[in-house]
Amino acid sequence: MSTRTVMVYRRFERLWHWTQMSCILVLLFTGFAIRGLHRLIDFDTAVTWHTGAALVLLGVWLFAVFWLFTTGEWRHYLPTTQGLGKVIRYYAYGIFQGESHPYHKALLRKHNPLQAIAYGVLKLVLFPAIWVSGIVYLLYGLWQGLALGTGWLGGVAFIHVAAAYAILAFVIIHVYLLTTGHSLREHLMPMVTGWDQVDLMPEEEAYLLKDEPGRIR
Amino acid sequence: MDARSAPPRAARLAIPILSGLLGCLLWLNPGPGRAEEPPLDSDMHFRIVADLAPTDRASDSTADHTKFKELQGPFQSGPEVTQACLACHTEAGKHFIKSLHWTWEFIHPQTGQKLGKKTLINTFCTNARGNEGMCAQCHAGYGWKDDNFDFTDQTKIDCLVCHDRTGTYYKTPNSPGNQSCSVMFEGKAPIAWERVAQSVGLPGRENCGACHFYGGGGDGVKHGDLDSSLKRPARALDVHMDIDGLNFACTKCHVSNRHLVTGSRYDVKAHDLGGTGKPGERRDVATCESCHGAQPHHATSVTGIKLNDHVNRIACQTCHIPTIARGGVATMVDWDWRTAGKTKDGMGYKEKNYTQGNGEHVATYKSIKGSFAYDENFAPHYGWFDGQMHYTTIDTVFDPAAGAVAINAYQGAADDPGSRIWPFKRMHTIQPYDKGNNTLVYMHLWGEDDDAFWGTYDFGRAIAAGMAQYGIPYSGEYGFVETESFWPITHMVAPKEDAVACVSCHQQDSRIQEIDGVYVPGRDRGGWLDTLGLAAVGLTLLGVLLHALLRLFGRKKGAHA
Repeated sequence: MSTRTVMVYRRFERLWHWTQMSCILVLLFTGFAIRGLHRLIDFDTAVTWHTGAALVLLGVWLFAVFWLFTTGEWRHYLPTTQGLGKVIRYYAYGIFQGESHPYHKALLRKHNPLQAIAYGVLKLVLFPAIWVSGIVYLLYGLWQGLALGTGWLGGVAFIHVAAAYAILAFVIIHVYLLTTGHSLREHLMPMVTGWDQVDLMPEEEAYLLKDEPGRIR
Repeated sequence: MDARSAPPRAARLAIPILSGLLGCLLWLNPGPGRAEEPPLDSDMHFRIVADLAPTDRASDSTADHTKFKELQGPFQSGPEVTQACLACHTEAGKHFIKSLHWTWEFIHPQTGQKLGKKTLINTFCTNARGNEGMCAQCHAGYGWKDDNFDFTDQTKIDCLVCHDRTGTYYKTPNSPGNQSCSVMFEGKAPIAWERVAQSVGLPGRENCGACHFYGGGGDGVKHGDLDSSLKRPARALDVHMDIDGLNFACTKCHVSNRHLVTGSRYDVKAHDLGGTGKPGERRDVATCESCHGAQPHHATSVTGIKLNDHVNRIACQTCHIPTIARGGVATMVDWDWRTAGKTKDGMGYKEKNYTQGNGEHVATYKSIKGSFAYDENFAPHYGWFDGQMHYTTIDTVFDPAAGAVAINAYQGAADDPGSRIWPFKRMHTIQPYDKGNNTLVYMHLWGEDDDAFWGTYDFGRAIAAGMAQYGIPYSGEYGFVETESFWPITHMVAPKEDAVACVSCHQQDSRIQEIDGVYVPGRDRGGWLDTLGLAAVGLTLLGVLLHALLRLFGRKKGAHA
């Protein structure tokens, strides 16, 4: 086994990530304005930007879902308990002792087990909760006649806002974890350039060198 | 206009008909003749119109009435002019006597209640019934002063009050009333009947306004969205009636068919789904939607699309009339009858302690009416409204201890598709009621006799007489009860750039704070979700911070790999 510099986040994935990040920031900021938590922008401006950013993000997600399933990349998010204990122990204890991260990226496992579970929950629970409730909310004009005087819209808003708080908490932890490596740059750059250090099996290395030479340095 | 010049009626006015002891004392006083100037503000004018010129109303009529030989006169009276009108407009009389402007009576199709000024009690001067000598000045007819008026006599129709285009036509009370009110109508130039008759045209704003601007006993008193400022409004006051712009007459929206005018508040179309209708279809309502359609906002932006989602639940008026009484004329919001009847030297008087936006001083006390409070340029009251009102009429028994009696309670609910959030002017009043029977009362206010409150200042006698006149049971004991009334707001539509901003409702301190049954983003945050959510975010930040501190602490202490 050898450690090589491999293209792990390809162009689409990086574009997806940063578009999603921008949209989520806009959505959080405008969403909390709509909820009434701050008044840094006009209500109608907030609604306009919130709607626009949501539509962009939904478009990105459509592509991302298609990409994940056609490329088989979705397997990166399969939950596993292998090595999970070590990672938890690291964040809860080892990190304070100056230990190194116990996980090394593999070609078919670019996320550590904790990451995979966290992203899996995000993608399978929080994101669906927010986009399903968001679309239902957005289409209020179509169903409002069926819900006169009921708490349905309030219920939709409840799910939407609850998911938003959870996503904000995720964003905080996600960004914080960038600082836990040797440097911020070490964690950030793979999502910028796509290249990262990956432990390769000899077969993987041989495959990349022969069939995808552009993915390995 | 000067009430103090010496008109022909001065002889009658020279004899003060004051009743009671004070009256007798005054009678012996050598000085109260009309040669003497009346004390300041003893006159009880409720309508002083300085701007007599008619508004510009473009006519596309094919007839020039000045050329009609039937209108050359001479005419000595209104009914003579009416007969000339009806000679050509052969069906107009038959049509008109069915209209609310003539009958003052409206049987509500849904509630079955008998409404109309002929019977209703309001929260202002309380009742026209029995006081027609004064109140029927605003009846579109001649001579209604008591129950003997013949509602089938078409010659008594007053065509001119609506169709005069000279601005010089006016009406006076149909009976003289008591001395305390009799200085109101002196000094007016006699009506030039021929000139007025030949001027006729479709009504301008001042024709409708002659009554509708002055409802409740003075300029702007009753409605809050109808006052003399709408005679020549700027664009900011009313985008449709803007004298330099659209310059709409009232009848542009209040279309009529056979003299039946649409848009009565007795049967409000609170949610018009008909929209503009097909080309050529006649508009039969006075709603905004009848011109602007049911999806009135441009659907080319998110805001426009969202606003079109709102029209299902929110009346156009709610956003497009940001504040009421904003033309410089204040509207009355509070009336307390309990203080009525105070006199100075035996004379009724006024106190004018409110200066309204246009600089005029308006009465905060009148001996004949009591104490008043005003407001102007203020946000209306909002409520779910389906167009129906439930009136407290003379025969409605209420519980005076159960809070303010709604003279007209508006009906509507969040779960009713026909209801929308509407703006209202809320009027608060303390007025007399029958303490024994727990009903409202008719007061005999206007008259030449000693029971008329406007002269005698005796509630007991005025109520007893007002009730007895119509055979309505009266316990003999009166008290004062708190009442409120609600006036749907629909005029003073602002230009779109001045419409209520989204955030006015979508915030914690919302304009529609009291509106229930609907989730309003921005207003309805709070509760445990946001507490929990913010706590979770806060704890996450705290956890991250602690984690970072521990790392820093560990790194200093130990070796880094």
